[in-house]
Amino acid sequence: MPLRTYAGQSLSVNEEGFLSDSAQWTPAVAEEIAKESGLIPLKEKHWQVITFCREDAAREGQPPGVRRIAKLSGVGMKELYELFPKGPGKLAARIAGLPKPTGCI
Amino acid sequence: MKNLVILGAGTGGTIVANGAAKRLPKDWSVTVIDPDVQHLYQPGLLFLPFGIYDESKLWRKRAQTLQKRVQWLQARIDSVDVDRKEVIAGSTRVPYDLLVVASGSRIRPDLTEGMLEGDWQKRAFDFYTFQGAKKLRQALSSFTEGRLVVNVVDMPIKCPVAPLEFLFLADAHFRNRGIRDRVDLVYATPLDSAFTKPACSRVLGSILDEHGIRLETEFNAGAVDSEKHVLRSWDEREISYDLLVTIPTHSGAAFIEASALGNDSGFVPTDKQTLLAKGHSDIFVIGDATDVPASKAGSVAHFEGEILLENLVQVARGESPSHSFDGHTNCSIETGDRKAILIDFNYDVEPLPGTYPLPVVGPMALLKESVINHIGKLAFRWLYWNILLPARPFPVSNRMSMAGKHALIPAPKPA
Repeated sequence: MPLRTYAGQSLSVNEEGFLSDSAQWTPAVAEEIAKESGLIPLKEKHWQVITFCREDAAREGQPPGVRRIAKLSGVGMKELYELFPKGPGKLAARIAGLPKPTGCI
Repeated sequence: MKNLVILGAGTGGTIVANGAAKRLPKDWSVTVIDPDVQHLYQPGLLFLPFGIYDESKLWRKRAQTLQKRVQWLQARIDSVDVDRKEVIAGSTRVPYDLLVVASGSRIRPDLTEGMLEGDWQKRAFDFYTFQGAKKLRQALSSFTEGRLVVNVVDMPIKCPVAPLEFLFLADAHFRNRGIRDRVDLVYATPLDSAFTKPACSRVLGSILDEHGIRLETEFNAGAVDSEKHVLRSWDEREISYDLLVTIPTHSGAAFIEASALGNDSGFVPTDKQTLLAKGHSDIFVIGDATDVPASKAGSVAHFEGEILLENLVQVARGESPSHSFDGHTNCSIETGDRKAILIDFNYDVEPLPGTYPLPVVGPMALLKESVINHIGKLAFRWLYWNILLPARPFPVSNRMSMAGKHALIPAPKPA
């Protein structure tokens, strides 16, 4: 597993840059992952989504997909695409320190 | 008398009903509730638009598919009262001691803005329903030029390889008609590659290329614009179509939501090993109705059926369920020109090349195109009616086997 330094800690990530251990995540780590995708600074709405994703993943045992986020986080689909361009489900999960949502097969 | 009640008589429900009829002690009744008088062979829907299957071959009378001991209640299910242990179907209340939810998944074109407007069943079709597939057959036969777009709106979907198979068959269909050069084929998917499993994605991605099919990834469809004949994504990408073949969002049966048994898509949270509904010791779930991380496919329902029946018999005896489903999935992927690819995988092991079901001699080839695989797929319909639904012993194991498979050489590690 490759290592990356976020907020002064050396953290293990997978090939696509998702944290291997979501317990190592901190808000400061989130800020730095977001910076890599050009999302700075993280706004209140970003945090609303990130917090929802982490809470939902803790409850459900898997990261939420984009449609679930749009349905339950209080941030609608259109806005999700503005906040997290291209793939909001994937990007929000990565910033929230969660595995990539698979959407199942 | 104790009652086993099974909700839905599709692939999973029929296997469980017939299997339970053979295995449960005499003091149990076996009842299956399903509103439809006929059983539809769903794998055939893929072939119907291309005129490869005669529609009469897709149906059997429900009564013929169920063993004598099974009582079939022809009724629409309204809800399940888990506290009183009753199924409510119209004015009837059916008490249960053990319940099996086998109500499958259904397409929800109503969940995408504009999908059911002007172009619906004129230029925009599904092939996941009998009516949809039949209408699409007419549209395909009169299609002479332009762009055909296949779009998956959202995962999970039933039979995740079916959209790709549709494209391969469409490519062959237009080639056979001598008009392939006038047709543009596009596959728009919310995934970041052709399929969810990497090794398989590489193989299928290159077949798409060879067949001249354009792949548009991470396309999350948000709306269908019937006036401009355009499919629009949430990030404002547009794909114009002359013929749209959509695989709409899927959800579980309506009664699941009414009974507060499901997640936000109406699929029942299920223990992926025992197949018991989470939080319940008297409700099992099978096939598309579950939320387990396996394909929504008949082969999965079939392999789950064996495990579920073992566990069901144990629970009926007052024991704990000790059998565990491994996520075994087996898909045959039609690639056109009477060839198919076979893939075999489970929760943990992705599809590998090799031979199936026997090492070396096969006769079917894994993760590779072959004519034998295609013949296997066509022959499967006989197995479905005569071996699988009656829950007779099937010639392949319900657990995935590594025999005959070759491990992939891992990608070189970065220095």
